[in-house]
Amino acid sequence: MGDYAYAAPTSLEEALSVLESQANDGQRTQILAGGTDVLVQMRSVDKEPRTLVDIKHIAETNELSIGADEIFIGAAIPSAALNENDELKGLLPGLIEAADLIGSTQIQGRATIGGNLCNSSPAGDTIPALVVVSAVCVIASPGGSREVAVGDFVTGVGQNCLASNEILLGLKIPRPRNNSADAYLRFIPRTEMDIAVAGAGVALTLDDGGTCTSARVAIGAVAPTVRLVEAASAALVGTKVDDDALSAASAACSDAASPITDKRGTVEYRKKVVGVLCKRAGGIARDRASS
Amino acid sequence: MAEAHDLKVIGTRPVRPDGVEKVTGRANFGADLQLPGMIHGKVLRSPYAHARIKSVDVSGALAMEGVLAAVSRSDFPEETDDLGRNVIARDKVLYHGHAVAAVAATTQLLAEQALDAIKVDYDVLAPVLSIDQAIADGATLVNEQMHTNGDASQPASNIAAITKFERGDPEKGFAEADVVVEGEFRVPMAHQGYIEPHACTATINEEGKITVWCSTQGHFDVRTQTAAILGTSISKIKVIASEIGGGFGGKLSVYLEPLAVKLSELSNRPVRMVMNREEVFRATGPTSATWCKAKVAAKKDGTITAATAWLAYEAGAFPGAPVGPGCMSVLAPYDLENFSIEGIDVLVNKPKVAAYRAPGAPQAMHAMECVIDDLARELGMDPIDLRLKNAADEGTQAPYGPKFPAIGLKACLEAAKAHPNYTAPVPEGCGRGVACGFWFNIGMQSSAEVLIREDGTVIINEGSPDIGGSRASMCLMAAETLGIPYDRINAHVADTESTGYCNMTGGSRTTFATGMAVVQACEDIIAQCKERAAMTWDIDADQVDWDDGQAVPKPGVNADVDPLSLADIARTWGRTGGPILGRASVNAQGAGAGFSVNWTDLAVDRETGKVDVKAYTAIQDAGRAIHPAYVEGQMQGGAAQGLGWALNEEYIYDDNGVMENAGFLDYRVPVASDLPMIDTQIVEVPNPTHPYGVRGVGETPITAPLAATSNAVRDALGFRVSELPMSPPRLLEAIDSQEG
Repeated sequence: MGDYAYAAPTSLEEALSVLESQANDGQRTQILAGGTDVLVQMRSVDKEPRTLVDIKHIAETNELSIGADEIFIGAAIPSAALNENDELKGLLPGLIEAADLIGSTQIQGRATIGGNLCNSSPAGDTIPALVVVSAVCVIASPGGSREVAVGDFVTGVGQNCLASNEILLGLKIPRPRNNSADAYLRFIPRTEMDIAVAGAGVALTLDDGGTCTSARVAIGAVAPTVRLVEAASAALVGTKVDDDALSAASAACSDAASPITDKRGTVEYRKKVVGVLCKRAGGIARDRASS
Repeated sequence: MAEAHDLKVIGTRPVRPDGVEKVTGRANFGADLQLPGMIHGKVLRSPYAHARIKSVDVSGALAMEGVLAAVSRSDFPEETDDLGRNVIARDKVLYHGHAVAAVAATTQLLAEQALDAIKVDYDVLAPVLSIDQAIADGATLVNEQMHTNGDASQPASNIAAITKFERGDPEKGFAEADVVVEGEFRVPMAHQGYIEPHACTATINEEGKITVWCSTQGHFDVRTQTAAILGTSISKIKVIASEIGGGFGGKLSVYLEPLAVKLSELSNRPVRMVMNREEVFRATGPTSATWCKAKVAAKKDGTITAATAWLAYEAGAFPGAPVGPGCMSVLAPYDLENFSIEGIDVLVNKPKVAAYRAPGAPQAMHAMECVIDDLARELGMDPIDLRLKNAADEGTQAPYGPKFPAIGLKACLEAAKAHPNYTAPVPEGCGRGVACGFWFNIGMQSSAEVLIREDGTVIINEGSPDIGGSRASMCLMAAETLGIPYDRINAHVADTESTGYCNMTGGSRTTFATGMAVVQACEDIIAQCKERAAMTWDIDADQVDWDDGQAVPKPGVNADVDPLSLADIARTWGRTGGPILGRASVNAQGAGAGFSVNWTDLAVDRETGKVDVKAYTAIQDAGRAIHPAYVEGQMQGGAAQGLGWALNEEYIYDDNGVMENAGFLDYRVPVASDLPMIDTQIVEVPNPTHPYGVRGVGETPITAPLAATSNAVRDALGFRVSELPMSPPRLLEAIDSQEG
């Protein structure tokens, strides 16, 4: 591991000022939440010196609230705390199952959704799941705070719109209405401890008759960033989310995917499987929304 | 030989003596040694799969503050063998990752940075990356001086050797048959998957005495190999084996040790070298990628009339693919009159292959056991019935020559037929696949000393690094022989200067051969104890028996004395001749072949190509299971490795010969949740040459799973996929092309 300094600010102001002063000195900083990506990268690929700014001791990043209209998940909340929260699991089953796919039980004691988002991997499992539930990033900046939709946050492979003097405080998610549900599935060759070859998230709202009134479908690991597939959503709205509708949504996802061939799968394989995942996740979301 | 019902300790399942320290993390593995003044070594590796080295200049690294030594080819004797050329490249680099130079510096990070300051000038050559490329007309030569089977009258070739076994008249056998089945199969390079990377620490003192601590399966071999590569005498080198975090054959050759010694000599400091995972993948030995053709023919009643096999194995950059053992194993389960087997050892620009658990057998047996399965299907026979009809048995002449003594193949097949997992119907939506496994096992040389403490407790000194619980097995056999409790015995893996010569832990030989030495050393102790008792009682030694851990007068001997335990004899040994130690050494013959039968039930997701293994059963002849839990563990471990190899594991190379998946994220060994409970049943057909009937059990378990898995996928899909791994993309492509 390369040389590093460590700062553990206890307030947001302090954290922002550490980032600012390091930047002014021309020093590299990196924000540390769970560290499950950062520490591994520091040991293996990126050994340049830096200051780690630990955000786990800041009140705002540790907030977890479920309000009448809005849910807030602080950026330092470990995914184990989400997986074990039954109310949250009931409201956002797809997002929580995405978080639960990342890492082993031990890793989940440290890993955070915020970190998964800031790592900005094309294969990050929580990102499609966040996009379909219309999550918004709450970002603290020196001049105040700003909000960015998750779909706009990630700008490229490993890249996002967070400036070096900013901190992701957490994610704001509209509380799902009645008869709404989400689901997320990924494909990996193993059963766990792996990285998505393709992923698909679906969030639906049904009316009392079981007809889909709104739908959001997003796919991961099949393009540089997560894709919200409007054509797949359109294929579901107005239907009972039956096999035909799911097949149409599935085809739309396969069309929308622009994957690469690499050691984890070919273009053809990924396009096909992302459609299969959309179909299966859509079915799960439908069953959840109607139960 | 003792009957099973006479045994008191053998066959029990005590906790292994090294278990607690390994579970708590206290055990010292290869990278754990700290010495005063120790510095860190790193290796500069070739960025090309094939290139001529024009020059290597380490002066830039040496100029850096904190870099205390640097070595390249010119620091080692020019005359060397393939192993020497593998440890440090000479005229050419032969694979991506081949060691070119090494440095030692005060920190690990500095050593890594110093590698960038070494200048190497290469003449890049076209790499040879597959058997097909290597054996094609006009192929680029990996080694311009190599001729097949050393025949210099022929042009140089990438084929290092051709092995042939033949008997009878296969053509006549095919002509007489009612059914002929054949197939062609490819199996990828696979890694042993040991968790602990290669690691060593070396130091050399002012008198030139070298000490090496390392993670190895054979510290005596490390001594031999290191001395040869450095051009020094084995008497100058002491090797201490650390605890070992897995090997499976991958830790039989040196990679780092000669470099660490040279760096220590030049820096006058102890030097530690630890590979990272990427280096383990890129630069140490996997097992061969293979291309195998198999053909088999039978009468309507299932009698096999002929079989042929053609086996091509990638050796990597130097000759020595395990194609010979592949030829020995491919038809070993069958009693055949007519067969021919040919194997070729092919050089390619990939890392030099190393042993991997039954080296060479899984690939060849995969081909043949798939074809046998197809034959059963053609004949409409149960695959176990077909194998029973043709099974090798006591007296059968093995394809590689000798007649089998008592073997357990038929017993395993009968046990499989009767097993509830086999009599149960195949679950809905699943396929079932059966295969036989085989490994010949080896004996070789082992030594053991048995030392008695003054309280009568026992120390076993032996030289077999303990990978699979062998210390527990040695203690069990010693306890049985001496007639004392297991917990009064310690087994110690001694360094190269503290015990007699011992071959490596490999070939499933340790419990058999080192166990034989331990039993004989205990018998030596018993003989001496009888003499001491006789002296104490003033009778003749041949009037004393050793019964249940005590010296007693033989029945009918007129002596009114109390029995003497080992502790009693030790307490008074000052009066009877001093301390007692026993010893034995063996060059063990008659290792006893191991056979197995495996089957699995699995389902294939036709939309994603993913295989879900629902059930797996392994039955194996252990001769006698000294510690049954560790035998079962071997069987389960071999099944897990075989399933991984069949379904996901492979080395993926780009067109330049650079491995693309050099890590456990994308080289996919199975995780626990990928596997069902692997059911086991031990069959015991005692090996007549071992005092307790032991056969090697470590390698046979990986020889059946590849074919069992392939045959189950064949059953589930309705067509055969002949290339491994049957990864989701490959299976989905096959399904889609079948469905048109």
